Amino acid sequence: MEAIFSIELGLLIVALALHVVVGRGTFAVIVGFVAYGLVLSLAWMGLSAPDVALTEAALGGGVTGTLLLRAHARLRGPKGEQQPVGVFGRAAALLLCGGVSACLIIVVLTLPAPAPTLAPEALTDLAATGLGNAVTAVLMVYRALDTLLEKVVLLLALIAVWSLAADRNWGDRPVFESGRGTDGPLIFLARALIPLGVMVGIYLFWVGADDPGSAFAGGAMISAMGLLGFFAGVCAVPRVSGAWLRIALVFGIAVFLVIGLVGLAAGSGFLTYPSNFAKPVIVLIEVAMTLSIGVTLAMLVVGPPAEPSQS
Amino acid sequence: MSAALNVFSVAAISFGAFFFLAGTIGLLRFPDTLTRLHALTKADNLGLGLIMLGLLPHVTWPFGALKFLAVWVLAMVASAGASQLVARAVRNKR
Repeated sequence: MEAIFSIELGLLIVALALHVVVGRGTFAVIVGFVAYGLVLSLAWMGLSAPDVALTEAALGGGVTGTLLLRAHARLRGPKGEQQPVGVFGRAAALLLCGGVSACLIIVVLTLPAPAPTLAPEALTDLAATGLGNAVTAVLMVYRALDTLLEKVVLLLALIAVWSLAADRNWGDRPVFESGRGTDGPLIFLARALIPLGVMVGIYLFWVGADDPGSAFAGGAMISAMGLLGFFAGVCAVPRVSGAWLRIALVFGIAVFLVIGLVGLAAGSGFLTYPSNFAKPVIVLIEVAMTLSIGVTLAMLVVGPPAEPSQS
Repeated sequence: MSAALNVFSVAAISFGAFFFLAGTIGLLRFPDTLTRLHALTKADNLGLGLIMLGLLPHVTWPFGALKFLAVWVLAMVASAGASQLVARAVRNKR
């Protein structure tokens, strides 16, 4: 019975992937991509990887899908039509995607029979971290440097998006709203969902210490609530030059770096945590990171600052 | 007692699955966006609600049950809000 479900899920994933690659109409393809992310997260649940499933649903489906929809809206020409991609562009995309897929297939097929794993090692030292979730221990302790650099990449992506703004718009607000606070159901939705959603976001990072959940999933949830607020017009999109926005953006990286440097100064090395209160330190980093990830993702989606008349 | 609860669960989840099936058929067969929205929200509200109800005896009390109920309520709020938005977009286009 479970095999039937797995096979159906696998077929659905392949069908959705095909739709995303060869489907007609950008909008329909993006909707397919979001569905693909959600179905993929079900598959990760089936593989007993709830942390990956959460991240896939929140980022692969939710945030990436929203980013693609925004890009689609921006790329549309004046008549609402898309400029066709040339033969050269299509060939380059085909080569790149085909190459990556071929490499992945080769790597997966040539894995040794019991795949190499560090999971036993990760579990043996789990007690020293004060955490109960091995995935969080990998992200925040064993491979903390990777997580820190991941946050830097996210910030660099936002700077790249902002650099698309015209000079005269620099420092303005990005344009992102629908009816400008006049859409009743949307405002109701924003008022009802935002407090709950922010609570769920905080919960997602908090349970991450011992159960599936992470700062990234929590941050994605908080960013979604921010976007809902912006879209409904119940809160204003901050100016890209605003001091509070800038502080919120770098807060996670700054806390991470300071704690890393304290470890270095204490003589135990960069990004090492004091052994008797590792957990409070990790939670402190995660609080800062959840906030920064939420703000960065939301600002990535709303895009570069622009003139209000453009919408 | 537990046998009765299991019977209740199977019945409620089957009913829920039926509403999902009916909602999906409606989504595929109904002629325009507004009627399709109607089919879709039935699946979300009744289908999900009945499946939640069926699963309630099998989750930890009280927090597991409260989380399940929260999922249902949130899905209803989101689907009601989203269908209002889609319906409004359709009306404005006409």
